[in-house]
Amino acid sequence: MKPTFTLQSLPELVELLNAIPHGVVFLDTDLRIVTMNRFLEAMTGFDAHEAVGVYGDFILRSNLSSNDQICKKVLEDGQSVARDGNIINKSRLTIPIHFTLSRIEKDGSPVGILIVLEDMSALQAAKVDYLESEARSEIIGHSPQMESIFEFMAVLARTDASVLITGETGTGKDQVAEQLHKVSNRARQPFVKVNCGALPEALLESELFGHVKGAFTGALNDHVGMFRLADKGTIFLTEIGDLSLQLQVKLLSVLDDQEFYPVGSSKKVRVNVRVIAATHRTLKEEVLHGRFREDLYYRLNVLHLHMPPLREREGDVRLLLDHFQRNFSEALGKNFQGFSRKAIEILSHYSYPGNVRELRNIVEYAVNICQQAQIDAEDLPQFVLKASPQVPPQSAVHSLSLTSSISPDLSAVRPIGGWAEIEKEKILDTLKLTGGKRTEAAELLGWGRTTLWRKLKKYGLN
Amino acid sequence: MKILITVRGDFVAPRFDLSAEVIVATCYDRQLLEEPRSIILSEFSAEKMCDLVLKENIGVVVCGAIEEKHYQFLTWKKITVIDSVIGPHKDAMEQAVTNTLAAGTLLPGATLSRTTS
Repeated sequence: MKPTFTLQSLPELVELLNAIPHGVVFLDTDLRIVTMNRFLEAMTGFDAHEAVGVYGDFILRSNLSSNDQICKKVLEDGQSVARDGNIINKSRLTIPIHFTLSRIEKDGSPVGILIVLEDMSALQAAKVDYLESEARSEIIGHSPQMESIFEFMAVLARTDASVLITGETGTGKDQVAEQLHKVSNRARQPFVKVNCGALPEALLESELFGHVKGAFTGALNDHVGMFRLADKGTIFLTEIGDLSLQLQVKLLSVLDDQEFYPVGSSKKVRVNVRVIAATHRTLKEEVLHGRFREDLYYRLNVLHLHMPPLREREGDVRLLLDHFQRNFSEALGKNFQGFSRKAIEILSHYSYPGNVRELRNIVEYAVNICQQAQIDAEDLPQFVLKASPQVPPQSAVHSLSLTSSISPDLSAVRPIGGWAEIEKEKILDTLKLTGGKRTEAAELLGWGRTTLWRKLKKYGLN
Repeated sequence: MKILITVRGDFVAPRFDLSAEVIVATCYDRQLLEEPRSIILSEFSAEKMCDLVLKENIGVVVCGAIEEKHYQFLTWKKITVIDSVIGPHKDAMEQAVTNTLAAGTLLPGATLSRTTS
């Protein structure tokens, strides 16, 4: 039986296909082979002449379990489909393949399917090394803390689960998110970054989920939204802790069902997006204070990566100083011989509350100011020279704020924690007063022992 | 000698590891001794298929694509594997019985009609 697909310029088309460095096959509407290029001949081991007219699956021998179902679906709805799978060729070799199936139309009606088979074996062979070495490519650090981060990143890149990145400001959360995307299977798909704290709530909803024309005043056109832009890729929600409770609900439903309604639309949109979220806040505390939904916290916190602050990264300050000094010197066309001993001494003892970002800015300042061959102490910003090396770190302030009764001098920096915080402090104060005796503390507080026990458990004090 | 063919619909299944049905026949002196019988497997698994081949005491396996490790295993077990066969399983069986089927054969029926999957 002759294939139903006809093309007047088939020989020219075959020549064109031969120039493509991927396997390409044309199937007719009965899913039989019309033609295939030389690359696919080499890949499968079958000759194009013998393959013509044969049912495509018999030649491709892929593991797309319902291959013909996928082809039929593409023929019906015309939407291109991309899948990862493998084929077994005539030499019994299994080749990992990225398949892309698209419908071919002529005068508006489907005439066949074009399948592009991208050989992924070279990429997969390099993947392991790549994951190990490239996970760190744009992130600098040789401290044990960073080494364990790189190891964990290699694991995270292999999964498709949501990742929550926490850490102080300037620790490189954005870099890590981008790197995770680059080494994941979604690397060839879009990476969309959204700062949840940068936009007002109403605008953010439309920005994230899109809107339809006329959804609100000024909605003159349809807007796709970040989630749809990131389809098949990764969406990075930075400062997730600043997201309003209303949007948290919507985000949770997207994470659970992978579908949502754009603003003003009654048509559900389905997306396949990996979510990476980051925040400098302690989300667990935000949950306790009712500012962050507990269910969303647990949904996001599937895999948790905590970026250590720079002051805890042993030896990385010197490494980063040299790196940034080299970068800025090159950019400015200057030829520096590094830092003086005194400058290194000062910079090594500085606490870097702004972490790597601050260090980078300090080096940029110094490189611009310095007029000699070597960066000296006087080329450093004043705040670095004046700063006490014992500046309390952000996390330390955080932990101290929970037990502020022990260090009342820090009460000025204590975050407002609501009634729960006050009650917790009250319990701690009383227990301190009674020397840890719970019965006496309960009496002083005017509670029963059970109530005190319940509250201790609630606040995690037992 | 017993012959096993992995099948999908009326055709030899394109992949050994993704076959859920096999046809088993016994032949002697280039003739079938009985009506070929069909066995349905509960799941796709090359390992279970190899187990079945050993359990059924098969001498010749006819299939489509097969991974090198499974091919090596079966040949190590002194089983003849005729792979990369494309076409109707009936034709494949006829040629296998008469010992004229070779690996990589594209049977004439391969381009004649549709499969049922």
